[in-house]
Amino acid sequence: MREKELEKLKDYKYGFSTDIENFKAPKGLNEDVIKFISNIKKEPKWLLDWRLKAYNRVKVLKEPNWQKPKYPKIDYQDLYYYSAPKSFKEKPKSLDELDPKLIETYKKLGIPLNEQKRLNGIAVDAVFDSVSVATTFKDTLTEKGIIFCSISEAIQKHPELVKKYLGSVIPITDHYFATLNSAVFTDGSFVYIPPGVRCPMELSTYFRINASDTGQFERTLIIADKGSYVSYLEGCTAPMRDENQLHAANVELIALDDAEIKYSTVQNWYPGDKDGKGGIYNFVTKRGLCKGKNSKISWTQVETGSAITWKYPSCILQGDNSVGEFYSIAITNNHQKADTGTKMIHLGKNTKSKIISKGISAGFSDMTYRGLVDISPKSTNSSNYTQCDSLLMGNKCGAHTIPYIKNKNANSNIAHEATTSKISDEQLHYCQQRGLNSEEAVSLIVNGFCKEVLQQLPMEFAVEAQKLVGISLEGSVG
Amino acid sequence: MENFKTHFEKALKENNLSKKEIAFKNFNANEFLSHGFPNRKDEDWKFSDINQIIKKKIGELNFYSEQLKKSDIDKNILLNEIEHNKLVFINGQIVQIDFNSEDKGKIEFLDNQNNIDEQLADNSLINLNNALSNKNYKLLVKKNYQIKKPLIIYHTTYNELTSQNINLKINFELEENSSLKLIDLVKDKSNKNFINIFYNFSLEKNSILKNYKIDQFENDNIRYMFNNIKQSSNSVSETFYLSKGSTFSKNEIFCDLKGEHSSAFVNGIFSLNKSKHHEIKAKINHLVENTKSYQLVKSVLENKSRSVYQGKIYVDSKAQKTDGYQLSKAILVDETTEFNAKPELEIYADDVKCSHGSASGSLDENSIFYLMSRGLSYKEARELLINGFLVEVINQITDEPIKKLIKNLYGLKNEY
Repeated sequence: MREKELEKLKDYKYGFSTDIENFKAPKGLNEDVIKFISNIKKEPKWLLDWRLKAYNRVKVLKEPNWQKPKYPKIDYQDLYYYSAPKSFKEKPKSLDELDPKLIETYKKLGIPLNEQKRLNGIAVDAVFDSVSVATTFKDTLTEKGIIFCSISEAIQKHPELVKKYLGSVIPITDHYFATLNSAVFTDGSFVYIPPGVRCPMELSTYFRINASDTGQFERTLIIADKGSYVSYLEGCTAPMRDENQLHAANVELIALDDAEIKYSTVQNWYPGDKDGKGGIYNFVTKRGLCKGKNSKISWTQVETGSAITWKYPSCILQGDNSVGEFYSIAITNNHQKADTGTKMIHLGKNTKSKIISKGISAGFSDMTYRGLVDISPKSTNSSNYTQCDSLLMGNKCGAHTIPYIKNKNANSNIAHEATTSKISDEQLHYCQQRGLNSEEAVSLIVNGFCKEVLQQLPMEFAVEAQKLVGISLEGSVG
Repeated sequence: MENFKTHFEKALKENNLSKKEIAFKNFNANEFLSHGFPNRKDEDWKFSDINQIIKKKIGELNFYSEQLKKSDIDKNILLNEIEHNKLVFINGQIVQIDFNSEDKGKIEFLDNQNNIDEQLADNSLINLNNALSNKNYKLLVKKNYQIKKPLIIYHTTYNELTSQNINLKINFELEENSSLKLIDLVKDKSNKNFINIFYNFSLEKNSILKNYKIDQFENDNIRYMFNNIKQSSNSVSETFYLSKGSTFSKNEIFCDLKGEHSSAFVNGIFSLNKSKHHEIKAKINHLVENTKSYQLVKSVLENKSRSVYQGKIYVDSKAQKTDGYQLSKAILVDETTEFNAKPELEIYADDVKCSHGSASGSLDENSIFYLMSRGLSYKEARELLINGFLVEVINQITDEPIKKLIKNLYGLKNEY
């Protein structure tokens, strides 16, 4: 039995679970649970009302079902909507008070929360199930006037900012999962960069689902004020469990005049075992609003985990001359399924967007790129370039491309290209001839295929992502 | 929909039908009643809400059509430029069959076919067609026979039309080693009708089908044409659309490549103005190894017009060595126009070569400047660029006389 466990761990090294006492809200979705969450977080009344308004809408909304990967019905009454380590009833004031088991967990994940041990300057906000456990490098950031904390803390300390921007990009009148998140969201990160400040280090949030039967609903809000710049990283893992777990986060980005936000994700949720049992359902709503003139939002994502990934990080290009970018690598293996892509909605004049999407599917997996480019009648002189390439390994998997292209402006250009192919025998032969074995050869070729996107990631992430690409495809050749 | 029920029952009584046929028609009528006309909630109709369009342009439809009183064919509708065989439909009923240029017994046109065929799921317009089309026509091209002259099917409506909805269904069967050149020519004299035409093609081994659909002449009808093509090994289908005249038109093609080395070509031109709204939707299913498909669709849009291209290449996991290509391009001449595209790939086999491209934008100012600096007026320069853009599609036509005919009809000089 023990050996079997170890064998399992080899496939997904983050698959362990931390044995920690939990404090949970009662199971199920109802008004009382929402009041419970709001109460435990000592939220102001306007937020509770906002949550209840969202909940009332969830009750009448229907779950969407147009996506390619179908999944068994989720019983929303059979989930815990709040789970926190027991020691968190009173939030620890500093790292010294933090449960050593948690520090150990993050160490295992390669995220030391201890600042001295951190070599590179990345500030981390660690979210464990429903609460944020620690945020590092706070002092350095405060000096510059940057606010980087958990959203619960922001609600207490900066209610005017939260009230102004929360739900301004993803309103409570949005689709099912986004609205559900608005009703029950528990924690997440909050970032505010004041005017003219260039954030001196990468900001990073690390999400971890630990408890079973728990849905994770975090909410991230990033505001880049006039002329500021921030680069933000997001990483995620979960233990291996036989049941499917739901992760329905909302991420809102707002870039004001001349501001730039770079948002990178390395998503490595537990993908389920070789037969497709277990794994995370990753139904995330990510949306950025280029509100000001000359603003820029760029999404970079490396998607290797989750049983089902279903998300479309989008840009609303509202300000004139604003720029939206989307770089994505999505890899599916075994029985994983992904339906991902982006939406670029051009509203302002002279707006530009670029989409580079690379999909790789192997094993019995199924991968779909679904994207929308919409240039509105008022958005003159706008342009979009889209490239989506798919790579197939074997004939048991699928790769699909479903772009929606809408051009309503005669002075705007849209160009779209897509290809689907396999790794050619010539390329493999060439590499093997020079001494690489077949797996190394495939890894090399795939990394080359993904290079355009990997280049966009911050250094430390790029190295990790490159390894991840190799690991995710292990055993898919030959 | 109240209209439909009473009109359907009236039509049912008039035709002499077997029990089986009545059951089939009733089934389809009920399907249509429960679904109604497709609207934007249906993924396939996302860009063209035909329910709204019919409501807005026509209003409540009258489905019942009286039997045609003997009507003479207006000679003006016939083409003289090219020697051809004829099938003339007036108000959805056949009035002339002429295969004088062909050998006796090699081509048969039958109208007493059993009215029951397999269903295409999820299309209420085909249900409507099945329920109301009063005859099931069949054209058969016998084994080893190559048609000598093209066949032109005239789709004509006259003013004395009582119904606002015309449904027509024809099955085509091309036996082994046969070929058919088919031109569908639309010439309408009536206003505000919904015309629903459904073709079934069965292509046996080594057969060749060339189908050119020409909707060139200005009319304010709403048109839906569906080509359902099944191809056996080594067969070739070529479909060309000139989509220009009708107020609304949607051409749908559904092609199963069931035999090895079969191939399908779909080419189309949208040349639209005056608030017209046209769509081409193509779905090519590659079901076995070594099949090929090619799609090229170009649009030139002026004056509040809108074109839609939805193309899908489906590759089954068995269909290795598939070669699939789609390209859609659009020129938006003025600010009021709109181009929508959804070029899809759905692929389950790894050893394939599939790609698509889509581009849309305005006329290239630099090219206009180049031409004007060489003495052309702005208008001439623009015309030259647009014609050059569109003629690439017409040049894909493999039949020389027909290519010439279409260029003539479109008003292009032969030097293009």
